[in-house]
Amino acid sequence: MTTFFQFFVNGVMSGGVYSLIALGIVLIYKSSSIFNFAIGEMVMLGAFFMWTFFDMFGLPFTLSLILTILASGGLGFLMQKLAIQPLIGQPILSAILVTLGLSHILSGAAMLTWGGTTERLSATLPGKPLLIGDVIIPHDLLWCFVVAVFIFVVFGLFYKYSRIGLAMRAVAEDHEIAQARGINVRTTFAVIWFVAGVIASVGGILLGFRLGVTQFLSLIALKAFPAVLFGGIESIGGAFLGGIIVGLLESLTGGYIDPWIMEISPYIILLLVLVIRPEGLFGLERIERI
Amino acid sequence: MGAYCPCGTRNFNYKKDMAIVRTPFHWAALVILLLLLFLFPTFFGGVLVNLVNEIAIITLAVMGLNILTGLCGQISLGQSAFMCVGAYTTGILAATYNIHFLVALPCGALGAGIIGLVFGLPSVKIKGFYIAMATLAAQFIIPALIATPLEFITNGSNSLRIPSPELGGIVFNSPQSMFYIIIPITVIMVFFAENLTRTGIGRAFVAIRDDDLAADVMGIDIFRYKLLAFFVCAVYAGMAGGLWAYWLRSINPDHFHLHESIKFLGMLVVGGMGSIPGAVFGVSFLLFMDYFVREFGMQMSTFFPMWAPAFQQASVPLLYGLVIVLFLIFEPRGLAHRWTVLKSSYRLRPFSY
Repeated sequence: MTTFFQFFVNGVMSGGVYSLIALGIVLIYKSSSIFNFAIGEMVMLGAFFMWTFFDMFGLPFTLSLILTILASGGLGFLMQKLAIQPLIGQPILSAILVTLGLSHILSGAAMLTWGGTTERLSATLPGKPLLIGDVIIPHDLLWCFVVAVFIFVVFGLFYKYSRIGLAMRAVAEDHEIAQARGINVRTTFAVIWFVAGVIASVGGILLGFRLGVTQFLSLIALKAFPAVLFGGIESIGGAFLGGIIVGLLESLTGGYIDPWIMEISPYIILLLVLVIRPEGLFGLERIERI
Repeated sequence: MGAYCPCGTRNFNYKKDMAIVRTPFHWAALVILLLLLFLFPTFFGGVLVNLVNEIAIITLAVMGLNILTGLCGQISLGQSAFMCVGAYTTGILAATYNIHFLVALPCGALGAGIIGLVFGLPSVKIKGFYIAMATLAAQFIIPALIATPLEFITNGSNSLRIPSPELGGIVFNSPQSMFYIIIPITVIMVFFAENLTRTGIGRAFVAIRDDDLAADVMGIDIFRYKLLAFFVCAVYAGMAGGLWAYWLRSINPDHFHLHESIKFLGMLVVGGMGSIPGAVFGVSFLLFMDYFVREFGMQMSTFFPMWAPAFQQASVPLLYGLVIVLFLIFEPRGLAHRWTVLKSSYRLRPFSY
């Protein structure tokens, strides 16, 4: 039973980061129907920015955190401005391919700038592993989970109560009506991409502490894609739950069956979800008319 | 079709109206092209022939994607996984069971087609973006299955070695000789694809792409045609995979990564969606660029040894990413559209109307 709880805790905790990345994807999809495949590279770049500011330039921790967040947000903004904006109104394949192309550009640029080596952040997350009964909770996983929950709460409040959040929700509902009510849809898109960049960079920093700063961090986002579809692609709460489910699935299948199935179990379940309930747990069912 | 004909070309019967090769000039161009293609390996060295071999193989994979995505509108992010199935089916038949390549290649194509059907099944309920996700799942599941649980027959990540194909005492073990297996198959399958677009099936695909609900109302059995598109697409990918296996003579699940599938989609966009010559243009353009960029990286290591390793690793993703995004923004109809514009402006010269 202890092993089960251990796997369970590990799964839920590591699911936190998946939820965070999934939130970045859902946010953009909700408002503009663009699935951001480049989010993995944004996560990876977040970790690299942090390493550059903190370890290479030797800036204080808080300052480099702020600079990283600004840089990642700016990156999201630039991507939207340069590549996404010109493609508004194009067919769905363009919307899918443009972010795939962007992901290639970002990974190439990162390779060119930082090389293919693995760096380590010289700071570590404070604390030490918690022991509850016989279950060990690694403190870095706990940090990931707590920060993810924190971001979700902060973002939820921002989305619900702030004026910009309200504008985002209006744009997500309907572009034309939002525009008619005096909301600048373009500015809102830019803000949304900025926020998504910030969220991705927070995920990147957390992962950087846990796994080191490497090109492979971008692969983590591949786990967030099934998470998004489990939860329902338009649902923010669904993104959180989806991330946790994927984390659990991975941890349990990896622990009880075999490591190789850990990598693909989210995708097998994803196929089942697509066949049985394509809109996910909390997504909107689409009704089409001619 | 008539609109694209040069002035003075008239059709006096339906058969002539439906012909692909229409004028004496067309016939001459076709024959000369085929002859040049046939003699190509005798003029050029191994490197260029190898590049053309690769272009021909990838053309097949992209042609399948063109039928599924360009004609039928179902986006596939799993084309290289289907290619993987074809490569391994062919490879195992050839390496373990010593089966002749003329049998192994169609078996590989068929095997890939069946797997393609399986992953096309979700298209009953879902479409658009969700189909892309289902094929993305295929892209992760298939190579992982081949790498670990099926290791006992596929040799997993240790690569499967494949003997050279043999026909009537000739062993096809050099780029020049493989050329004569790869090119005829590619030419025949490209011709088949060109014809498929003109049949009722091709028209049904296009109807589904443009509006599947309207197509359904018009009496097109959407599910059947979508499955057929998946099957044809995967058959092309499987044939490409089989040829790839014989060409490289050593295959590994890592060859069939998600990046390859994205590259195929990129080639499709660069060439022009739904256009048969476009697929050929797109593949040739990107693979030549790819080759030059890699050569440039090699040259760089002699002049700037510091920068070379990073540049070599970064250049290929940068190239593909930039080309895809720039084409999407500035020329979404691809090179095929440019080619049409060029042809019609030549025909209409000196009157541009």
